[in-house]
Amino acid sequence: MQGAAARRRSRLPVVVGAVLATLGLLAGCSGAGALGGAEGVETVTVAIVSNPQMEDAISLAPEFEAENPGIRLRFVSLSENEARAKITASVATGGGEFDIVMISNYETPQWAQNGWLTDLEPYMAATPGYDRADFIPTVRDSLSYEGRMYSVPFYGESSFLMYRRDLFEQAGIQMPAQPTWPQIAEFAARLDQGEGRQRGICLRGKPGWGEVMAPLDTVINTFGGRWYDPQWRAQLTSPEVRGAVQFYVDLVRQHGQPGASQSGFSECATQFGQGQVAMWYDATSAAGTVEDPAESTVAGRIGYAPAPVVATPSSGWLYTWSLGIPQTSPRKDAAWRFMSWMTSKEYIQRAGNDPEIGWTSIPPGSRQSTYQIPQYQQVANAYAPLILDGLQRANPQQPTVQPVPYQGVQFLRIPEFQDLGTRVSQQVSAAIAGQITVDEALEQSQNYAETVGESYQR
Amino acid sequence: MAVTTSTPPDTQGPAAPPEPRRQKRSAANVWLGVIAWVVGIAFFFPVFWMVLTSFKQETDAYTTTPKIIFEPTLEQYEGVFSAGVGPYLANSLIATVFSTLLVLLLGIPAAFAVSLRPVKKTQDVLFFFISTKMLPVVAVIVPIYVVVNQIGMLDNIWTLVVLYTGMNLPIAVWMMRSFFLEVPGELLEQASIDGAPLWRTLREIVLPIISPGIFATALICVIFAWNEFFFAVNLTAANAGTMPVFLVGFITSEGLYWAQLSAAATLAALPVILAGWVAQNKLVQGLSFGAVK
Amino acid sequence: MTATMERPAAPETTGGAPMIDRAEGWRRRAPLLPALIFTIIVTQIPFILTLWYSLQSWNLVRPGSQEFVWFSNYADVFADSQFRTVALNTVIMTLGSVLIAVVLGLLLALLLNRQFVGRGVVRTLLITPFLITPVAAALLWKTVLLDPTLGLINFVLTPFGASGTEWISNYPLASVMAALIWQWTPFMMLLLLAGLQSMPTDQLEAARVDGASAWSTFRELTLPHLRRFIELGVVLGTIYLVNIFDQVYMMTQGGPGVASANLPFYIYQRAFLGFDIGQSAAMGVVVVILTLIAANFALRLIFKSFSGEEEAA
Repeated sequence: MQGAAARRRSRLPVVVGAVLATLGLLAGCSGAGALGGAEGVETVTVAIVSNPQMEDAISLAPEFEAENPGIRLRFVSLSENEARAKITASVATGGGEFDIVMISNYETPQWAQNGWLTDLEPYMAATPGYDRADFIPTVRDSLSYEGRMYSVPFYGESSFLMYRRDLFEQAGIQMPAQPTWPQIAEFAARLDQGEGRQRGICLRGKPGWGEVMAPLDTVINTFGGRWYDPQWRAQLTSPEVRGAVQFYVDLVRQHGQPGASQSGFSECATQFGQGQVAMWYDATSAAGTVEDPAESTVAGRIGYAPAPVVATPSSGWLYTWSLGIPQTSPRKDAAWRFMSWMTSKEYIQRAGNDPEIGWTSIPPGSRQSTYQIPQYQQVANAYAPLILDGLQRANPQQPTVQPVPYQGVQFLRIPEFQDLGTRVSQQVSAAIAGQITVDEALEQSQNYAETVGESYQR
Repeated sequence: MAVTTSTPPDTQGPAAPPEPRRQKRSAANVWLGVIAWVVGIAFFFPVFWMVLTSFKQETDAYTTTPKIIFEPTLEQYEGVFSAGVGPYLANSLIATVFSTLLVLLLGIPAAFAVSLRPVKKTQDVLFFFISTKMLPVVAVIVPIYVVVNQIGMLDNIWTLVVLYTGMNLPIAVWMMRSFFLEVPGELLEQASIDGAPLWRTLREIVLPIISPGIFATALICVIFAWNEFFFAVNLTAANAGTMPVFLVGFITSEGLYWAQLSAAATLAALPVILAGWVAQNKLVQGLSFGAVK
Repeated sequence: MTATMERPAAPETTGGAPMIDRAEGWRRRAPLLPALIFTIIVTQIPFILTLWYSLQSWNLVRPGSQEFVWFSNYADVFADSQFRTVALNTVIMTLGSVLIAVVLGLLLALLLNRQFVGRGVVRTLLITPFLITPVAAALLWKTVLLDPTLGLINFVLTPFGASGTEWISNYPLASVMAALIWQWTPFMMLLLLAGLQSMPTDQLEAARVDGASAWSTFRELTLPHLRRFIELGVVLGTIYLVNIFDQVYMMTQGGPGVASANLPFYIYQRAFLGFDIGQSAAMGVVVVILTLIAANFALRLIFKSFSGEEEAA
């Protein structure tokens, strides 16, 4: 016993020493990257949302580094919710961890107003061939504050309806050029084969202002509903909103996918891609995923239609993932060099010609010139014109029939909306799960909305 | 008496029961053994399935009838490694090893002080330690973020080392205190009569006796530090991310990547699973040692 | 956050000199100080800041909104009906998971305390869930096991006509708890197995010779012996599960509605979604006070049993 203890004592320091030495080595390695390595090399830290197009960009980034030996890139790739929480906390407190942040048309104008973002106009003007005018006008405007752009779009999306052409033919249904929501409900009922089999439609039901609220808001808008009247009085229990939410909840409960209250974009992508639903109303960026034969069993059999409407002429949303530079970054020039590379016409060419990426997976919806590229037209003929059209027709200034005091189609561009939208989405999600009625959900939501509205009435 | 206590509980004692009863018992034992196996496999199966999925192509991972036979591929792991797992792994190692060492460095003397040589208010101190564990981490994350930001330690692995030490120290003191109570008082009195200084008493008499307990405590600290997610996700960015953060980075907003996610999850979980498997005997020994007294 | 618990009689286990002079007292206290100071700095300073923030109206994404508002954040917390729902969820989630895990852990420990082929392997299989990273475990439950169309559980249940059950939507709290129980049962099992193996065999042997039934042996000998192990398991389990975040965040995001949200997740949403620093700080303070009241009660119970046995020893 005593001998064993003595042996253990003598061996312990050796083991500890070895572990420490190894760690020191590891720390040294990772530290080298952190410090920027060789002299004169700037390390640019990029916070990015881990969507497929962004992952493609990360995989091409070494080429940028090869062309720009003075710049090294470090990516922090997080899924949407984490990315948003982290980036907002960092930028709002001046944390300064990031030189480039991926944000959207929700954040950009607000943060520009707060003075948190760098005005990009001088940088664009000093970059020959960048072609600011080539950005799709609605997208460009949504990233501007007082006419100046504070972030540049990587890709843009609207919403549209995807449907299985083969199933529609079998059932003898003709998709109208501009479908209405009642028509879609009728088609969903006809194509629904019952529980455990192929269902009529996939609609998001997962809580989150960027999940269920996005498609639902477009439905509310086109039914003539609104969140607030011009005096910031909450309108969530108005007949229009009630009708719209009831319609949405009924449709997804009666003919929608299984697990509806937990499905977001990715779950619906899986459902539709595996042939388990006949229609899917969602972001136009879905086309790249469901048309990829490696990931989808229904590629090539999909038809596309504009976002269904009721009382408005069009109803697609407007969303864009864009890149901005926080005011705190000391490496703005290097940051811009990379940003301008990633959002350039050349990048789109480069990605499209890459055998690993290909033309179906390029970042769409940012530049008008993308839609003139012959190779892209060839592969994306079925949906590309619809995306461009949807983006150009989206109207964040006047999203619904009646006037509103806020901007934005599928969100309200006020700082409180992340929390408000999420709380409301939780109620809607509970209604989709059947735990409460639509009226109860809207009653509670109206309370939340009133609290926020009051702070604007003052 | 001394002989019987050291006999493992499962061997037959000297007063063996008559033959027929023994047969009945062993038949029951076989059945209970089978049940234990079934339960064990059921508990393990999700982990097994995760590892299996990590060797699949994405299309094999999404089938309504689960696929057991498929052509295995290392593609998913290649994908995970090409995403740069190295720094995350190193960060997790640094955070885990150094926070655990720091916990032991601070915790062993503290546990010693509150158990072997109790002074006034030890119970209060003990209660204070354990009560800090009740503080919901989310309630202090914003102040921590603000403070860490102000001292320029955001995205720094040593910030996590300090926080993980604070997170594990109370439990470690609490666990080790019960191990220290196991040390016979006479040994210490002998040492104190001999006039040995405190640290020598600790090193030469106490530590050898309670080393299984310390090992068990360290293992628990390692498990919690390696697996910690909340601080890591909120306080790190490009430089100091740990494995759970790396794993979450693989959840894309645009679906259909179960197989790759499984590969990342397997890599994130594997080191601690292996360590736990290797050291499980020590863990049982340590836990029994401490809780008895 | 200070230790105000009344001190039970300090056990003099070492039987040291009854008169401890001042210098000796400090000499004995000294080894404790580094740990104590470290803990105070790391845990109490942020908490004091939280107290300060909780008295302010401060939205991080509305610059210039910071102002001192006394206790109006607290008034909002108590007026929030969801906060009460979430508090109740937290109690159910914590106590339910801990108690079920202890009972299952006890059954498994009894099974494993017997000799059978491959006992070591079975124990290895059983402890794995405790070791796996919670984030990975939550993903595993959400996708591999509970997915309505592709999940293994519905696949296994299909022959029984229960296919297509939407576990996470319809039973969100139970789904999260299942994942927690899966992870914590192995820990309880290990702890109780350690307890069983530390039992003196002569007592069991004597009981068997006396012809006592298995049940009465269990109730009168095994269970009392295991009591401290069970208490330790309950305390450690409760401490960790009351603050659980990863599983809720990864599996359900607290939904649908707030059906599966617990207090840590709810506070997180106010802080990192609403960026309402004052409100979330006030919630944090309320939670700390509630937890301390509950913990004081529970810990006093545990400490009583601990010091009681120490005196007996």
